[in-house]
Amino acid sequence: MTEPAEDVQVQETPERDDRPVNVQKIQSILNTNNGARMRSWLDICARCGLCAESCFFYLAHDKDPKLSPAYKVKTTVGEMYKRKGNVDRQFLKDAYEVLWGQCSMCRRCSQFCPFGIDMATMIGVGRAVCNSQGVVPESLAKAVENIRTTGNQMAVSQEDWLETCAWMAEEYGEEVAGLTIPVDVKGAKYMYTVNPREPAYYPQDVGQMAQILHVAEEDWTVPSKGWDCTNLAMFAGNKEVAGYAVKLMYDAAVELGVEQILTTECGHAYRSAAFEGPYFLGLPGGKTPVPVKHAVQLFWEYIVRDGRIKIDPDKKVTVPVTIQDPCNQARSAGLSQMLRELAQALCTDFRDMDPNREYNHCCGGGGGFIPMGAEFKKRRMISGRIKAEQIKATGAEMIIVPCHNCFDQINDLNKEYKLGIKVLSFKEIIVESMIIPEKFIPQEEDEEPEAGPDETGGEE
Amino acid sequence: MQALYEFLTGPALWLTFIIFIGGLLVRAAFYFGLSLERDKIFWDHFNAAWSWRSIYHWLLPWGSLSLRKQPVFGLVFFLFHLCLLGVPIFLGAHNIMWKEYFGWSLPTLPDQLADWGALLLMACVVFLFVRRLVRPEVRILSSLWDYVLLLLTAAPFVTGYLAYHQYNDYMTWLVLHILCSEVLMIIVPFSKLGHLMLFFFTRAFIGTEMGGRRDQYGRLGARTW
Repeated sequence: MTEPAEDVQVQETPERDDRPVNVQKIQSILNTNNGARMRSWLDICARCGLCAESCFFYLAHDKDPKLSPAYKVKTTVGEMYKRKGNVDRQFLKDAYEVLWGQCSMCRRCSQFCPFGIDMATMIGVGRAVCNSQGVVPESLAKAVENIRTTGNQMAVSQEDWLETCAWMAEEYGEEVAGLTIPVDVKGAKYMYTVNPREPAYYPQDVGQMAQILHVAEEDWTVPSKGWDCTNLAMFAGNKEVAGYAVKLMYDAAVELGVEQILTTECGHAYRSAAFEGPYFLGLPGGKTPVPVKHAVQLFWEYIVRDGRIKIDPDKKVTVPVTIQDPCNQARSAGLSQMLRELAQALCTDFRDMDPNREYNHCCGGGGGFIPMGAEFKKRRMISGRIKAEQIKATGAEMIIVPCHNCFDQINDLNKEYKLGIKVLSFKEIIVESMIIPEKFIPQEEDEEPEAGPDETGGEE
Repeated sequence: MQALYEFLTGPALWLTFIIFIGGLLVRAAFYFGLSLERDKIFWDHFNAAWSWRSIYHWLLPWGSLSLRKQPVFGLVFFLFHLCLLGVPIFLGAHNIMWKEYFGWSLPTLPDQLADWGALLLMACVVFLFVRRLVRPEVRILSSLWDYVLLLLTAAPFVTGYLAYHQYNDYMTWLVLHILCSEVLMIIVPFSKLGHLMLFFFTRAFIGTEMGGRRDQYGRLGARTW
């Protein structure tokens, strides 16, 4: 069919990848997920189109019907099932564009579907199929590899992690006397876990959290391993490594005998640790070995419920403030009310976005978009227009963003759309405005060469 | 014609009910079994209160944010289902047959009202058909079967209406009416119309999954309506 002279041209199109796919593997993934829910979802979609308006990709692209959630599902996962897994590599590559490039798995469409079809879960199955054939965004594949080899997505060494803790304990201890970051303390109430972004780029996050926990006189610890609560393998569609990532954390908690796992201000990490983890690992009853708490829940308890941390009324934020409801906190974790009560306790002029709470739009950085890096940045900026407009409409000068991925995305949107807004996490605001009790105010006169309780807390 | 009528209201009617109800029940039983094996997540966290809320709000007119955002469609969507189920179940003529067969019947709608109901349903179908054609996000999802199914849904009402008004030949319309209705009922368990039953399960799942399961401190969880 093709003339020999065309050979050169064929080589010029590197996109064309005809390596065979492992159909059996694909079929096995499809089969595992082909339960009553999947069958019902695939069968009863009435093709009513109600989901379209819920999707920020659709809205940001002048209502391109190809970006409606039902269409995205139909042409990817729907087609995989229809063809009983008999798809070729080119099909998977086309699906890749949709599964990773046009969906952040925010789940908003499920709320607008009359049948509540969980389209994000279906997209997740599609991702798993692609991933099984090596069709996956490069940077997510890299993160998966990092988890596999180092136990965290950014390949931060244990040494660096512990050094960051020690350094932050010292640095942030200058403002709060006696501050420590206890490592591997057995039987502590909370085992605090972070996003590797913190030791890698934003160590202050660790320091700020330590200040808050110290002022609240909390019984806490960080583990020397299993400290990464994020789970990019989940977004890569790699269930096996996603399970491994969660297991490291669960094992650390069980080994230390802590009461609860505490996760940092990150959305997907909490969802992975608290809800999806048990299913990656097949734990009975879908239960985590120990309860998992999100930092926002703890802050809410400290500040709103128990008054364990007092906010200085004079230091409350007075500029107009809005809040980003991260999908995996508001929609998929039920924290939206707490987010608001906490924000209102810290600010005098709080303004909600529209829509908000569980109906909030994804920032455009979820579902792996932020770690998917430069390849996807342009799309992220285009689809983020909806979020940028939402923020602008509030007239807020500051936005609280209790999620690392949303944080990066909104920072980028801030530049792209010239929003001129200050982007902060809860930690940063709490640290600035909490009243530090007398006993924790450092005594400046006695300068002891050796710090009091050192960074390695308990002996075990 | 009489023989055909006898057949359609005799063995064919029984067969239709057996396939319709049996089909739905078999499907439910099969899915139930499957769910025990592959949808543990549903049973692990099943929450009756959130399931009910998730179902209930979607049964109400404009009970969901989704339909409130498209108020006209929301209204048509509601009236369509109301007439589709309400008119045939509470129609006087149908209940006379019930009474003949089983010795009991349901309360009935005044004929005049049922007549308007049938017309309303036809109007709704026209609306939905046009909407399917006109709105790009709906058209792109629609296959020929979606249009056919919509027309099949209207067919019993069109033929029933004409029969009731004895337009031309009563018997022809009546036979067609019964035939169309039986075809439609037989299709239900094997098509997307299975949502007649599956709606309750998928809604229970999402209500549980996003509401009940995330319900922390007893007052949170995400609404799916």
